[in-house]
Amino acid sequence: MSSLETPVSRRLQSVKHIIIVLSGKGGVGKSSVSTQLALNLYRSSPTARVGILDVDLTGPSIPRMLGLDGHGVHQSSDGWVPVYADGAEARLACMSVGFLLKKKGDSVVWRGPKKNGMIRQFLSDVRWGDLDYLVIDTPPGTSDEHLSLLEHMAPVHSRLSSVIVTTPQAVALMDAMKCLSFTRAVNLPILGLIENMSGYVCPCCGEISNVFSTGGGEEMARREGLKFLGSLPVDTELVSLLDASEVSADDAEKPAESFRLLEEYSATPSAKLFQHILEGVAVSLEDQQAVESR
Amino acid sequence: MGQTRSDDPTATADVPENAPEHCPGTESEFAGKSDACAGCENQETCASNDPKLPDPSLPFIKDRMAGVKRKILVLSGKGGVGKSTFTAQLGWAFAADEQVQTGIMDVDICGPSIPTLLGIASEQVHSSASGWSPVYVQDNLAAISVGLMLPSTSSAVMWRGPKKNGLIAQFLKDVDWGALDYLLVDTPPGTSDEHLSVVQYLKESGIDGAILITTPQEVALQDVRREIDFCRKVGIRVLGLVENMSGFVCPGCKTESQIFKPSTGGGKRLAEEMGIELLGCVPLDPRIGKSADYGVSFLDEYPESPASIAYLSIIDRIKEILGDD
Repeated sequence: MSSLETPVSRRLQSVKHIIIVLSGKGGVGKSSVSTQLALNLYRSSPTARVGILDVDLTGPSIPRMLGLDGHGVHQSSDGWVPVYADGAEARLACMSVGFLLKKKGDSVVWRGPKKNGMIRQFLSDVRWGDLDYLVIDTPPGTSDEHLSLLEHMAPVHSRLSSVIVTTPQAVALMDAMKCLSFTRAVNLPILGLIENMSGYVCPCCGEISNVFSTGGGEEMARREGLKFLGSLPVDTELVSLLDASEVSADDAEKPAESFRLLEEYSATPSAKLFQHILEGVAVSLEDQQAVESR
Repeated sequence: MGQTRSDDPTATADVPENAPEHCPGTESEFAGKSDACAGCENQETCASNDPKLPDPSLPFIKDRMAGVKRKILVLSGKGGVGKSTFTAQLGWAFAADEQVQTGIMDVDICGPSIPTLLGIASEQVHSSASGWSPVYVQDNLAAISVGLMLPSTSSAVMWRGPKKNGLIAQFLKDVDWGALDYLLVDTPPGTSDEHLSVVQYLKESGIDGAILITTPQEVALQDVRREIDFCRKVGIRVLGLVENMSGFVCPGCKTESQIFKPSTGGGKRLAEEMGIELLGCVPLDPRIGKSADYGVSFLDEYPESPASIAYLSIIDRIKEILGDD
């Protein structure tokens, strides 16, 4: 399979690692984890080049989280130009169907084949340039988008890996198990599991409540022989940051002077916790490469 | 029933079995026109621009749905905002009246939560001469879900759209509900195959309306805005909006704080902006999630909780809007 050359493999030739963020269930924080993963990879080295691709076609959240709402995608002779979240530095590229919509309230009502076509275009037509990491944010479930991704990226399969996100309650863990069965069926390596929304610290008295119970993710990782990357509590600062990074219409077209989102993100409690998760991801990636080269 | 096709997860479901290797799929715009189609026995059918014939299951669905008084969809663009939890509570609340027959249909094929929420995860659907028998939670509350058909709870259903649509059609025509007062349809997040199919299949029988669920933060509202746009495009009446997880009362100091801050005005603003009714706001209570995990009714377990009171007033309002109180 790997000798097969396709427009997708040609385009992704210059991408070193492709990390797919998965979770069976919706609303567990795939997009926020994807965003954080991209931001942390970005700041891990002053030269790291990171891309983030949002294949949640009917509910794209990445533009909002990166504060890129209202931006548009430009066409160049060499394909679609992604939107850069860090302005002139151009090391954090982002692509989402959200950039292609006229109005933010527009719905994308597409059946499978159209979604498949869009994903193929995202993979083959976006001018990412050289990337160290491409983080792919997926919609919930194990359906069209996921199958299409894997299908189109089959020629670059050796560079693919995934991160599974779950919340601690049983309902979410059950879907995470389904997601795990999926990765096994399609032979997708897993870098590890992240437990999100585990606990909430009351801003008033500091008491930790387990809003969605706790520990279930770690337990599942142990049972299934997965690496547990860490747990992230509900962080209201992060929620507000990713939610409110509003860009006014005038600003939308001109690049920001500094990468404000990253600065503000670095100050949140989650950023510190994610540092640890990122180390785990880096170790897993090295292990994976060691296995590949053997 | 219940095969998950785990043997070949990447098979395109809209490719007929007798198709050549590089078949573009019958729903593709290249159907019948691509190079691979030359010599395929289906080429003529695919290439012809005849409008697709109406789905043969439509009359059967209409027959089956004739016995259902009210059909209500529970929608939300975003995942994890509490669609299934709300559906289950609504089901239990309707079924609290012994005279009312309620059915819950879970069309979230890839992530069915309804069986767990209703505490019937270990049950299986049986088929009989009159169709599939739904699983009964109590005398007057029945449910159908793909989760009740899988060999194990961890089996993944890796299906593309057309296969999901097929199952939804079967849910609508083959499930032997008997006479129902309410059929609640719990949907997956997004606006895609499942939603379009339910709407198309139920077009003739008529959908009484949709309840939209959101959480207060803008990331969720964005998706709900898209869902409202979808409802308008396909002509479904929006009964109203429910804001879930709005505010959290710390069990320690009883102070209410906002976990998911309504940075852009929350459900209230959205409802005003889109001209729909805000049915109510349900505060976040860790016991809701607990009850869901154990498959018990939160309303029965904690009738005194503010969340229960909010749920009940929303449910009353829904009945009022439908003219059923």
